[in-house]
Amino acid sequence: MMRRHLPVLITLGVFIAGYLICLAQFPSFASTRVIGNLLTDNAFLGIVAVGMTFVILSGGIDLSVGSVIAFTGVFLAVVIERYNVNPYLAFLLILGIAALFGAGMGLLIHIFEIPAFIVTLAGMFLVRGMCFVLTTDSIPINAPIYGQVTDIAFSLPGGGRLTFVAIVMLLVFALGIVLAHFTRFGANVYALGGNRTSAQLMGVPVGKTTVKIYMLSSFLAALAGIAFSFYTSAGYSLAATGVELDTIAAVVIGGTLLTGGSGTIIGTLVGVLIQGLIQTYITFEGTLSSWWTKIAIGALLFAFIVLQRGLSAASIRTR
Amino acid sequence: MQSLNVQPDLLEISSLTKGFPGVQALDHVHFMLRAGEIHGLLGENGAGKSTMIKVLTGVYRRDAGSIRLDGQEIEARDTAHALSLGIGTVYQEVNLLPNLSVAENLFIGRQPHRFGLVRTGEMRRRSAELLSTYGLDINVTEPLGSFSVAVQQIVAIARAVDLSAKVLILDEPTASLDANEVETLFRILNDLKTRGIGIVFVTHFLDQVYAVCDRITVLRNGRLVGSRPTAELPRIELVSMMLGRELAAEALHRNQRPAVTGDPLVAFKDYGKRRLVEPFDLAVRPGEVVGLAGLLGSGRTETAKLIFGIERAETGQAYVDGKPVRIASARDASRLRFGFTPEDRKTEGIVAELSVRENIILALQAQRGWLHQLTRRRQDEIANRFIRLLDIRTPDAEKPIGLLSGGNQQKALLARWLATEPRFLILDEPTRGIDVGAHAEIIRLIERLCEDGLALLVISSELEEIASYSDRVVVLRERRHVRELSGEDVNADTIMTTIAGHQ
Repeated sequence: MMRRHLPVLITLGVFIAGYLICLAQFPSFASTRVIGNLLTDNAFLGIVAVGMTFVILSGGIDLSVGSVIAFTGVFLAVVIERYNVNPYLAFLLILGIAALFGAGMGLLIHIFEIPAFIVTLAGMFLVRGMCFVLTTDSIPINAPIYGQVTDIAFSLPGGGRLTFVAIVMLLVFALGIVLAHFTRFGANVYALGGNRTSAQLMGVPVGKTTVKIYMLSSFLAALAGIAFSFYTSAGYSLAATGVELDTIAAVVIGGTLLTGGSGTIIGTLVGVLIQGLIQTYITFEGTLSSWWTKIAIGALLFAFIVLQRGLSAASIRTR
Repeated sequence: MQSLNVQPDLLEISSLTKGFPGVQALDHVHFMLRAGEIHGLLGENGAGKSTMIKVLTGVYRRDAGSIRLDGQEIEARDTAHALSLGIGTVYQEVNLLPNLSVAENLFIGRQPHRFGLVRTGEMRRRSAELLSTYGLDINVTEPLGSFSVAVQQIVAIARAVDLSAKVLILDEPTASLDANEVETLFRILNDLKTRGIGIVFVTHFLDQVYAVCDRITVLRNGRLVGSRPTAELPRIELVSMMLGRELAAEALHRNQRPAVTGDPLVAFKDYGKRRLVEPFDLAVRPGEVVGLAGLLGSGRTETAKLIFGIERAETGQAYVDGKPVRIASARDASRLRFGFTPEDRKTEGIVAELSVRENIILALQAQRGWLHQLTRRRQDEIANRFIRLLDIRTPDAEKPIGLLSGGNQQKALLARWLATEPRFLILDEPTRGIDVGAHAEIIRLIERLCEDGLALLVISSELEEIASYSDRVVVLRERRHVRELSGEDVNADTIMTTIAGHQ
């Protein structure tokens, strides 16, 4: 029982230790303002990381999510500002387009048995290219709903704000947890990550599940893109480059095995928060370059992968 | 025996035919399985057993013939479809999901649910209930992978039966189980039999066939040789049906020969490592075969790994030719001219993609170091010599070894070490998973090597076999060398009682 939850517990331990270190240096870390901002600033990363967790749990990878986020922003900016499309309709449209795109990638992966890495890499380039087809400029979004949404927030005691996008992220995590651990779809995802052939022999609908997984990932990437556009109030083709890698890092730091089959959604939330924490610390520090975030995440990622190897080796030995 | 003639036919296969380019894998094969019987399906490699199972379970499509289940013509599209028709299969390597919980493995795809959510509590309760009918009381929320292969197999059986299987196919289920686990499995099979399930049991172990099977069907080269009640089929006749030739009963038994005397070539004093194997004394003389017998996990393989330096000994001293030596790695051992063919041929032995030639010269080349490449001519010479000498059946030395049969792979592995001209050779389960014909050849080979003055240490689970070629047999129990048998005591009965621990 303990061993199975060990990766998540370690992630949690790292987060708490990190938080305490920050707190010791900067007492204001205890304020709800910092915590509220931590959630808001990382909302889009959190949303897309939920989808990525499903993909990685199934033994796959999705490199296209950063491009999908950027495309979502550009698409929204173009259709809302240039074509005066109703923003709500625009949201529905982009979520639908992204879901179709994800389903297409899932189909390719399943039918032609092409590695997910290749298919989603192609998807990444394709979608990034599509951004530039729409526009090469950074287009501000001035629709009134953007102002309104940014204003929706629960005031936390102590001056912090739990913003709308943060709430959406937490909701996505809650739904992700239910989906992963309490539905047949969730069990099928874990089954695929465990052993594809066995899963097939046991009657798991491998094809359908694969398509749904990548649909979910792209759908959530578009949702993250919407959240990101609230955050930046603009659409820009070069936005969110490298986010797919940040997301993968968050998932792995959250205790999900990169080879699939083992991990939790809640762990990913902690993984996202650890990344946010490092970033916030560096902002507070003031003198460090923001690249130190990358260095710290790199070190953490390495430590976690080594840890996972160690744990799985240990569990084989004690069998 | 009691109900053999009153039970109707459950599964009726007639004139089943399946061909592959160049091979007629099944040629008008008939097979009848009654409800409530355990039916042994035997045959050498290439007999058509696996092809028949694969056609039954929908992996292959048949060319001709009919398959009727309960009188209804069936044709499975895939394994899942076969299962839904009532044909469940459990393989040697359990095809379940080790990362999911036991309960999820039992219920995946049919989890009890409400409002789209899986009722986890209900699923656990029903899993525990289901397994308790098999006498298995385990925590069903633990991942399947944390349990032994035996438990995993029982879970696989429980799953197949619970999915309304009428026919249960067990493909070499006992190959990686120890004696106790086999007994548990047999108890479960007998229980399922009384519940009216028809069981097809594929195995290489003749003892087990006689222990549980009601009837035996033998295939050879894709044709049906015969189908007989077990009670009416003497063992020697079964073997000759399988081989298609008469086999003298004493062919497997070694001619009585005088005990080997002289100074030991290798000796180990107080050799051991904590949690691996208790300190032991062992000596092997040139021209002598020492057998290591014991249940799985009794410390046989561990002893071999210690001797060959794969594990490092914590206590004791090794001697070669009476002089103390240090064996801290497999490299040390191979420098002392030791050789070792491991138990798990597929993962630790052969390099499947490389050719027979490359596999044979591997150890010799490693010993010379990669800077001193053997010339291609020399490689061909060595490979061809051993192919001829050991009668390795391959069209040529360049064929990837993975395409050879198990017996021929084993011979090539032996050749790999023989090419280094070893003085001491350790063979871990040299006959596992090999068909009867190749089996006898490997045994003859062992005897020939020993006549050539090699010192041999052989590990085997098959007691008859180990008794037939060993001069002495060391019996292990619970990671301890408990007794050394020699002379008249080297026989299967004595070995077995020693393993069982009648002191």
